[in-house]
Amino acid sequence: MFTTADLDAIWLTLRLASIVTVLLLIVGTPIAWWLARTRSWLKGPVGAIVALPLVLPPTVLGFYMLVAMGPNGAIGQFTQALGIGLLPFSFWGLVIASVVYSLPFVVQPIQNAMQALGERPLEAAATLRVGPWERFFCVVLPLSKPGFITAAILGFAHTVGEFGVVLMIGGNIPQETRVVSVQIYDYVEAMEYGQAHLLAGLMVAFSFVVLLGVYGFQRQGNNSMLGVK
Amino acid sequence: MVNSGQHGIHAAFKLSRSHASGEPFTLDVDIQLPSSGVTAVFGHSGSGKTTFLRCVAGLERAQAGQLTVQGEVWQDERRHVPTHQRPIGYVFQEASLFEHLTGMGNLAFAMKRAPTPTSDADLQQIIELMGIESILTRLPKHMSGGERQRVAIARALLIQPRLLLMDEPLASLDHQRKQEILPYLARLRASLKIPILYVSHSVDEIAQLADHVVVLEQGIVVAQGDIGEVFARTDLNALSGFDTGAVWQGKLVARDEQWHLVKVSFQQTELWVRDTGEALGSSIRVRILARDVSLARTALDETSILNRMPATITDICPDRDEAMILVRLDCGQEVLIARLTKRSLDKMALQVGQEVWAQIKSVAIVR
Repeated sequence: MFTTADLDAIWLTLRLASIVTVLLLIVGTPIAWWLARTRSWLKGPVGAIVALPLVLPPTVLGFYMLVAMGPNGAIGQFTQALGIGLLPFSFWGLVIASVVYSLPFVVQPIQNAMQALGERPLEAAATLRVGPWERFFCVVLPLSKPGFITAAILGFAHTVGEFGVVLMIGGNIPQETRVVSVQIYDYVEAMEYGQAHLLAGLMVAFSFVVLLGVYGFQRQGNNSMLGVK
Repeated sequence: MVNSGQHGIHAAFKLSRSHASGEPFTLDVDIQLPSSGVTAVFGHSGSGKTTFLRCVAGLERAQAGQLTVQGEVWQDERRHVPTHQRPIGYVFQEASLFEHLTGMGNLAFAMKRAPTPTSDADLQQIIELMGIESILTRLPKHMSGGERQRVAIARALLIQPRLLLMDEPLASLDHQRKQEILPYLARLRASLKIPILYVSHSVDEIAQLADHVVVLEQGIVVAQGDIGEVFARTDLNALSGFDTGAVWQGKLVARDEQWHLVKVSFQQTELWVRDTGEALGSSIRVRILARDVSLARTALDETSILNRMPATITDICPDRDEAMILVRLDCGQEVLIARLTKRSLDKMALQVGQEVWAQIKSVAIVR
């Protein structure tokens, strides 16, 4: 069955995906709201930047992140100035890279849900004495709930499934950056196909269940929030 | 509910923009509205009536605007009070309920934000007025269009507005649903002390609900005044045609049990009307469609027409239909409009100033 190293990798993967999902919802919501509402010419460029991880090879993204977080990079100098040190090959470096990498999977479903709301609920709320901030929290957020659920599931699942960025940024440090996908890679390199099968099968089952959940949820809510992939 | 103040509503808006179709649109109004009763803003689609209402609500901002409601400035050169700070209630054309809340949840949303706590008795009264008791536990998606609209009206009342704005609340409903809601609206106008601005393109609804009418055409006010006054005009494009008809305000003075008729007395005339159950002495509004009025040169004795009266022709106007003509008549204090074919007019050689007999084929009690 699973070795200690396997369990470590599984635990690390779940921890990484959970933290990344929470951060993504916090970072992604204002971006999605802005993209859903703005009429600025910046909407196109910003939308394209958010969507870049969808098309770029993870190695490209990982390479630039590595440079940026390195001793001479902007992020690296900032973290050094803060006394945190350097982020590459650390769990938190992986967290930041994963947030960037999975951003479109969270922003797009939320943005779609918010766009689908239209102007009317906000206007109705305004005629019921609700100010702009409260309108966002009392009307927009609850009405966009299906989008948030889809976004959280996709963000989590996509983080669990990443490999290239992890390898570029995180390397292969047990309990720190060695996630399930990397562990599988190690087994295959070492020709330990049995262990690889076990973990790979687990990933297939997990991904299938997640996607089944997303599609089932969408059919039930009768909305198509899966605006990506 | 809050009492209306002494001052009325002064609204002046200038707004121009181009429609999605590229056609330029200009709204240019400057009107004084009464501080009580129902004021209907009437016009065809594209006349700017909804834009006008949205300017009053602050949902749309006119480039130049002056809005004073009962002495309070909501908009002038320097100021534009945002919608959420205006003491209004707004009913949108289509259901605007929050889909994630039940009927009761939607009502509670308003009560929570009302300036003073709503007593159980007030809540109960509004629920009864709108007849929504049984649907309050449902989510909006499980309500019919008419039910959603009634909940939306109740919600707009529970915010305790000092001015109620209604943007074609019945337009998105089919005929049957309209008939279902109209009585609730009639009850509403009878029980509310606050002014209501009611936007509509339906002559029927306005004849039934409005006290005061503002007619908009292409962003400009072409007529305004008391409903009887405005509906007696024959020169308004928006009002001419199939639905043209006078509105008379009278009093039910007698009941004929045998023939199921009631006698309604007006300033100088009387009409016999089908009995619809109103109490003796009650105030009655009737609508006499121009197409139901015919003219004769003499009083005919043998006729099935119940109501006829001497009248003087005061005006002859063209109708939208080439074959038809509108004849305006004076019957004492009341004005009647008859819609005839041009051929009949010619054959009878009718002229302004002539004395004729008006025969009224049918009279509808609108409230």
